[in-house]
Amino acid sequence: MPETRGTGTTVGDAAMSAPKKQEAVPGLALGLALLSAGPVVILVLLIVVLSFLSPYLLTGRNLSNILAQTAVISVVAMGQHLVILTRGIDLSVGSNVALASVVGALSFHAGAPASVVIAVMVGCGAAVGTINGLFYVFGRLPHPFIITLATLSIAKGLALQLADGRAIPGMPDAIDALGREAVWGLPGSVFVVAGVAAVLFVMAKTMVWGRWIYAVGGRPDAALRMGIPVSWVLVSVYVISGLCAGIGAVILAGRTDAGSPLFGNLLELDTIAAVIIGGASFLGGRGHLGHALIGAIMIGVIRNALNLLNVNVFFQLIVIGVVIVIAVESDVLRNYLEGRMRVLQAGRQS
Amino acid sequence: MSAVAANVESAPTVDHPVLAVRGATKRFGSVVALDDVSIEVRRGEILGLLGDNGAGKSTLTKCISGVHQLDAGAIFLDGAPTQIRSPADARFAGIETVYQDLALFDNLTPGQNFFAGRELAWPRWLPRGMRFLQQRRMDAETRILLANLKVTLPRLDAVVAMMSGGQRQAIAVARSTVFARKVVILDEPTAALGLRESRQVLNLVATLRDQGNAVILITHNMEHVTELADRAVVLRQGRKVGELVPTKDNKQELVSMIVGA
Repeated sequence: MPETRGTGTTVGDAAMSAPKKQEAVPGLALGLALLSAGPVVILVLLIVVLSFLSPYLLTGRNLSNILAQTAVISVVAMGQHLVILTRGIDLSVGSNVALASVVGALSFHAGAPASVVIAVMVGCGAAVGTINGLFYVFGRLPHPFIITLATLSIAKGLALQLADGRAIPGMPDAIDALGREAVWGLPGSVFVVAGVAAVLFVMAKTMVWGRWIYAVGGRPDAALRMGIPVSWVLVSVYVISGLCAGIGAVILAGRTDAGSPLFGNLLELDTIAAVIIGGASFLGGRGHLGHALIGAIMIGVIRNALNLLNVNVFFQLIVIGVVIVIAVESDVLRNYLEGRMRVLQAGRQS
Repeated sequence: MSAVAANVESAPTVDHPVLAVRGATKRFGSVVALDDVSIEVRRGEILGLLGDNGAGKSTLTKCISGVHQLDAGAIFLDGAPTQIRSPADARFAGIETVYQDLALFDNLTPGQNFFAGRELAWPRWLPRGMRFLQQRRMDAETRILLANLKVTLPRLDAVVAMMSGGQRQAIAVARSTVFARKVVILDEPTAALGLRESRQVLNLVATLRDQGNAVILITHNMEHVTELADRAVVLRQGRKVGELVPTKDNKQELVSMIVGA
């Protein structure tokens, strides 16, 4: 951007001089900067500390493992992130992954080629997401919690019913390849995650649609008054969340060479945790894709390190829970500091 | 209401009315919020809309800006009867509203706020939401706009949440000027502001008028009315009870019209 950016134009008698104000609140500004960098700082600290405790953590093989293990959370968390940006929540993603994987496995056994199986899984995920979005918006539900809770149950039940309660082994080789090592010691799934991230990043950053998501999340009523098609923006984020769940199902099916109604158990909680831990605001309108990815990797690192350290699985749940509390509180703190900063700025002007 | 014509003759920039509302009636259940109210406002004119709480000022402006629909009566833009079914309709017709709650997006920058809902984007053959933002053009236009209005903001890349009440008010008013082609409605623009910030916003309102907009200004502040408004319409209990050219001398008359004494 041109040089004038950030300096403000000084015209006329308005008497709001920029530099003075920036100096007035250095402590607050520093605090806010730390908070916005927080997740990255915490992730780095976490890796440094844990690598001292376990020498295996930073080995190439283990890092590749962490990425492979967090691929599903990462991809689904990116969809969840868009939903949370609009002040919503998608509880159905875990069941959606299960259903998509089962439908995919069944279509494979019915003789469908790999490309069709992939299309079926992704399409199934998107379909569930579309149902969520349409019912939430046009069913005039007060909160997406309710409809996505319902589809969580329906999709899970459907998956169990279709698979007769058991995993269905066997997936096309093209899907299995995602679980195997591809290039640079990394599994194919990592590249799928990177691809999805790139596409969503471009869409959210450069398209009008992306801007609208932030507007709707920032203030839904104002978005309506500004002529933004709020209903369709809301539907779209649930469709994309479902789509991401479908992609997650493909990755998970590739890693396990199966479709299973038990896939994606508690994935809704993991993805919500990832988004929040990564630093996006639960209040909507703030955060970016990087937050979802950093949060997902943080969860992966914590789990992996605790495994390496032989800490039992129950304790992992407690640790993740504590991290969520810290993340949410720092969001609250950020809002408070911003409020303080505004008061101080206003005070300086009059 | 027959006094309208006489007053209009004395207005400095006489033109046809840009906006005319005739026989506006609006009921909420059994409550009659607006009862046969008619107003008109011309290019380069500021119409003060006065009245006590619940007099129908906000209802009237919300009908004009598409938030409510009239039960009876009609809205004319440039003499043509116009249906305004939604806020988007109103904006499309060239009517901009600065709401009392500002309707700003705290999580967006001033420039992003200006262009919210009508982002500059290409290519045109794609559906609106799928187009790509022309960020540089919007940034440039934001700077020109702020310079024209003599509004200074500390940072153009900071979100609006970080700005003071006066700055936020200035951003909301400035936003209305981006696409205002005909009418700007301002609902209590100085209500929550200090003296100095009020002054700045009033200057902005005058600028809007000078740019040829028809301005409707809702306010409780008699000083502001006598200073800025070319005409004042007083509502009481949903009816229009008077219309005059406000001066320092008839301030008392205005006040008694408002309270009905």
